[in-house]
Amino acid sequence: MLLTPAEGEALLLSLRISSVAVAGSLPMALACALLLAHRRFPGKLLFDGLVHLPLVLPPVVMGYLLLITLGTRAPVGAWLLDTFGIRLVFNWTGAAVAAGVVTFPFQVRAMRLALESIDPALPSAARSLGASRFDAFVTITLPLMLPGIVAGAITAFAASLGEFGAIITFVSNVPGETQTLPLAIYSAIQTPGNEAAAARLAALSIGLALAGLVLSEVAGRRAQRLIGR
Amino acid sequence: MLDVAVRQRLGNFVVDVAFQGPAAGVTALFGPSGSGKSTIISAIAGLRRPDAGHVRLGDVTFFDAAAGINQPLHRRRVGWVFQDARLFPHMSVRHNLLYGFRRAPAAECRIGFDQVVALLGIEPLLSRLPYALSGGEKQRVALGRALLSQPRLLLMDEPLASLDAGRKAEILPYIEKLRDEVRLPIVWVSHVLDEVARLADTLVILEHGRAVACGDITTLLARLDLFPPDSPYEAGALLTVRVAGHDNGFALTRLAFDGGELLVPRLAQPVGERLRIRIRARDVMLAGSEPPDLSALNVLSAVVEEVRMADAAHADIRLSIGKAQLVSRITRRSAERLNLAAGGRIFAVVKSVAIDGRRADPLPSTDVDIRPK
Repeated sequence: MLLTPAEGEALLLSLRISSVAVAGSLPMALACALLLAHRRFPGKLLFDGLVHLPLVLPPVVMGYLLLITLGTRAPVGAWLLDTFGIRLVFNWTGAAVAAGVVTFPFQVRAMRLALESIDPALPSAARSLGASRFDAFVTITLPLMLPGIVAGAITAFAASLGEFGAIITFVSNVPGETQTLPLAIYSAIQTPGNEAAAARLAALSIGLALAGLVLSEVAGRRAQRLIGR
Repeated sequence: MLDVAVRQRLGNFVVDVAFQGPAAGVTALFGPSGSGKSTIISAIAGLRRPDAGHVRLGDVTFFDAAAGINQPLHRRRVGWVFQDARLFPHMSVRHNLLYGFRRAPAAECRIGFDQVVALLGIEPLLSRLPYALSGGEKQRVALGRALLSQPRLLLMDEPLASLDAGRKAEILPYIEKLRDEVRLPIVWVSHVLDEVARLADTLVILEHGRAVACGDITTLLARLDLFPPDSPYEAGALLTVRVAGHDNGFALTRLAFDGGELLVPRLAQPVGERLRIRIRARDVMLAGSEPPDLSALNVLSAVVEEVRMADAAHADIRLSIGKAQLVSRITRRSAERLNLAAGGRIFAVVKSVAIDGRRADPLPSTDVDIRPK
């Protein structure tokens, strides 16, 4: 199955956008997971709801929300453009932001579950052995939640590959810039006589999704073994 | 010298305990669950801040509410051994052992890796992961890990509670070796009197968040008011004895103490070794005159020190035999018939077979510091 250069470009772009989306949102997801798993604070329920909102909100609405905050004439977007010269709209980085926001809950959920499954006595034991709070977090908590981090990242990556609504609403459908696989499939379907391309790209999507699931399983098992379970 | 005074309110429950323990030796915190043991451990280790009081070890102050001192957990260097071992599941035994060792100040490294591995017999386990260890092995590794963090104090929180009798028997000799070879203050938390009697020098008896009694274990175990008949614990005095000789013909061992001798079924310990035995109060009978033709081999001339009517049916008697003390539990009726009163002379009768040789515990034969260098 050979791809046309344009289709290959869409594939590479999808992989790049998903990688950046996952890598960029991972630290923030970790921070949110830590807050939600270990802290009590006023408004926690609301915060929890906000974090998980992208799971239940139509992606188009997420795209719309991003457009009215990060668009070039929106407050934050204008500031980014004026201060740093960063323009997210019609740009692949904007697509990465959209994919990162929409798949954020997948990461938080997996990390939070992993955190909650760690015996809280273990970090205390590490601290009694002379490790500072941060030291204990890095050497005990983080390695023990690794399977959760990996699982969350892979799920988020796979979901990013398939993100459509938020991306097309926020950064539009620009070939070579924001046209990821699902957008390319959509365009192919919209164009008469392009059924073969649509089929090829759809098959590619299925292959990627399957590979993601298998990889997630393998990585999860390897991480479990790494931490000795 | 360990000096602890802790006051903490937890809802309706108030813990208010003060005690002192020796600089090298075992201080046992003894009491049922809900007596405040965990609160005191948390305060010593630095896990939770008490409302008031202080925790000092020698000239180091861990906590002093009045002076506003509260050293964080990781700076106190309290070697904490938990009931459930709490080994790090993602690290091999070797890396578990090295975790605290690598974080200890280099200037204070006096307990070496090889010594600890040899002391606890964990050489064959070094490359294994914790899940592949038995309960007793885990506990030995946990003990080694705590020791290697070069602690100022060992805090053993019911370290035997999750082990069955076999595993307990496996790990106790290591702990005794540790007590005798690594001269550290050890705080031993337990609700099992046998464990405490076997290991402790100082006993702190806790109940409902208060220290009911605190002091030398031999003295406390001979007190009549602490272990009444309705207490969940078996009353009995502690006797420190020396193996004086063996009678191989009858398979008996003579044990000498300050005030007399006891014959017990043959022990494995060599002549000269010092042991600690606990003689249960209900195994000590009393006789007004030296009884003839008796199966019991131990008839000891004693002085009645104290008579306490323990409840409607029982009387507890404290006896002295030379410098040693025994406790006897008899019926109140017998006490009246024998006309017992403080200062009177009496004969204490102890059946040899009541003294279980397997529960006799070796004591250090010398007081020489043989701590590993």
